[in-house]
Amino acid sequence: MAENRNDRPTRRDVLGRGARVAGCVALGGLAAGLLGKRAAEAGETETVWQIDPYTCVRCGNCATNCVLTPSAVKAIHSYPICGYCELCFGYFDPVASAPTTAAEDQLCPTGAISRKRVEEPYYEYTVDYDLCVGCGKCVEGCTRRGNGSLYLQIMHDRCVNCNECAIAVACPTQAIRRIPAHWTGPWPEKAPADWPGEWFRGPDDYVPYIFKRGHQSPRRDVDHITGEEGQ
Amino acid sequence: MKRLALTALLLAAGWGASALAVELFPPPDFSGTDYEFPPTQVYAARPAWLEYLDMAVLAIGLGVTAWLVLRQRHRRWLVAMGVSSLLYFGFFRTGCVCPIGAIQNVAAAMVDDSYAIPLVVLVFFGLPLLASLFHGRTFCAAICPLGAIQDMVIWKPLRIPRWLDHTLGLGAWVVLALGVLFAATGSAFVICRYDPFVGIFRFGGSFRMIILGASLLAMGLFVARPYCRFICPLGAILRVTSRVSRHHASVTPNECIQCRLCENACPFDAIDPPEKPAGAQRRRGKRRLAGLLLATPIIVAVATGLGWLVSGGHLLGMQWESNLSRANFTVNLHDRITAERAGTVEGRTDASEAFYATEDPLEQKLARLNAQTAAIKRRFRWGGLAMGAFLGLVIVAKLISLVVRRTHEDYRPNRALCLACGRCYRYCPVEQQRRGNLPDSEIRQLDRREDA
Repeated sequence: MAENRNDRPTRRDVLGRGARVAGCVALGGLAAGLLGKRAAEAGETETVWQIDPYTCVRCGNCATNCVLTPSAVKAIHSYPICGYCELCFGYFDPVASAPTTAAEDQLCPTGAISRKRVEEPYYEYTVDYDLCVGCGKCVEGCTRRGNGSLYLQIMHDRCVNCNECAIAVACPTQAIRRIPAHWTGPWPEKAPADWPGEWFRGPDDYVPYIFKRGHQSPRRDVDHITGEEGQ
Repeated sequence: MKRLALTALLLAAGWGASALAVELFPPPDFSGTDYEFPPTQVYAARPAWLEYLDMAVLAIGLGVTAWLVLRQRHRRWLVAMGVSSLLYFGFFRTGCVCPIGAIQNVAAAMVDDSYAIPLVVLVFFGLPLLASLFHGRTFCAAICPLGAIQDMVIWKPLRIPRWLDHTLGLGAWVVLALGVLFAATGSAFVICRYDPFVGIFRFGGSFRMIILGASLLAMGLFVARPYCRFICPLGAILRVTSRVSRHHASVTPNECIQCRLCENACPFDAIDPPEKPAGAQRRRGKRRLAGLLLATPIIVAVATGLGWLVSGGHLLGMQWESNLSRANFTVNLHDRITAERAGTVEGRTDASEAFYATEDPLEQKLARLNAQTAAIKRRFRWGGLAMGAFLGLVIVAKLISLVVRRTHEDYRPNRALCLACGRCYRYCPVEQQRRGNLPDSEIRQLDRREDA
């Protein structure tokens, strides 16, 4: 370089150039290899975090472990599965004094679920996302004793897409995985493979509703609301 | 895990069959009424264009920074650049994905065939490295939001003793090695988990995150950019690539006049004074180098053994019970289940409960869990071995770089350590002359070159 008086490249210059070329080749090779593998896998580019409701056990970690406050996780309601029960297990606290709509009898700690009478004795339940904190109490109640029409999902208008999802780290069943970013429907029915970085191979694998009638996420031995054992 | 998920699915399908026959609460038939199901509320898709914007901003930012560092030589514009990056990548894009964390995605993708790396992550990993091969650490100078936020709080930088600086600098290599090991074993992204500043960018986060960030910033008042110098794993890689960069920032725009005014300009101690090792010094250096080369096999062997040991291997009758593989979910679950069945712990965790809740025969599930755990532990042991050997070589390389003294006449930035922040430019009278702030006569007075 310039320090060199008679403009002949020194040994250092040559070595430096060699290292530079080697570095470029290594980077290029790495990029080509990984991109080639990616192209072979699927046409997808970006991925986002999502909860697999088939694996979710509603432990409540979603509400407390997200880097956001309140969490990016919300309870989603699938109406065709809902029984429209008057005594809704996702709405009423099982140890409530009376089945009234008073706040102390509701299961939701923030009163995010509201109901509207459709016709006797059916009620339509709606989740207010501005109030929902993703604690999953209603999901546990509905899944354990009801039809399981409520389930937890990560909302991508809130999620900041951390490289390592803080809730995924805390999830006891590894229910939080990456799925293709363009996928806006609920969870694909085909269960994903290994952690990390499971991948779906194409749109054929997607089924537009996760909880088709009769599908439910697993029930556990201990009720997370009452602490009771047994189903 | 795949099996576990599949089991859960089969279980759900089994329920489906039974529940379809007798549904707990049959959904009402609204077909005769004018009631319509409200649409199931689903989440909005994540906008993809933002990620393309990120890539463009990164590429343009690296280009502009190189121009500011090498051509314009303008500290103030570099500060402006850093502030903009902090606002965009830090506060607007909330710090994810960043090139530092991308190391782990690349490591995971290289080892795990089922891991598909997003394009944006690959670009974020590759561009700063490529740029450093040509322009030095321009990414550190003004693009990295973690660097920018620390650069802003430098108040009274202390001069750290050389030996301490070099020793702490090895920390970055340890973080790099651990980050790669945990990512390659599919266990965790520890670099992201212990990212100190992302909580600040998001105005919230876990207590640990905020405390770590705040204490590093407080430390940064007196020890300039501590994360960049002692912890950052990307910084460790960039130290190597920047050494061979085609162009690099220099203190003086022209010839150094050895005025020594820049000697204390750098808060990172990254300016090397002139060096002319004479006979005795040279001989001592050679002796030390010879001794070091003889000791190399021992250093590497010890480090390799330690790596094997901390990641769960047997060595000389020793084995560490709570080794690194415990960070893996499956290994952790396996240990918990084993302890529960042996009766050494009371009660169940959410994870063990979910494990028992799936319908497969218990023996089958246990056999599967044991096999998976054994495979992961094996990966950890061999990965740990490689990690130890790598760190041993890093230590040797560091020692060699300290022993080998090369002759150079000018005050110049240390290519590995220089963060291209541009602080030293204005200390140089030749630079001031270039800007028309100093007359030639002043320069002649400051000139201390031997032949002047």
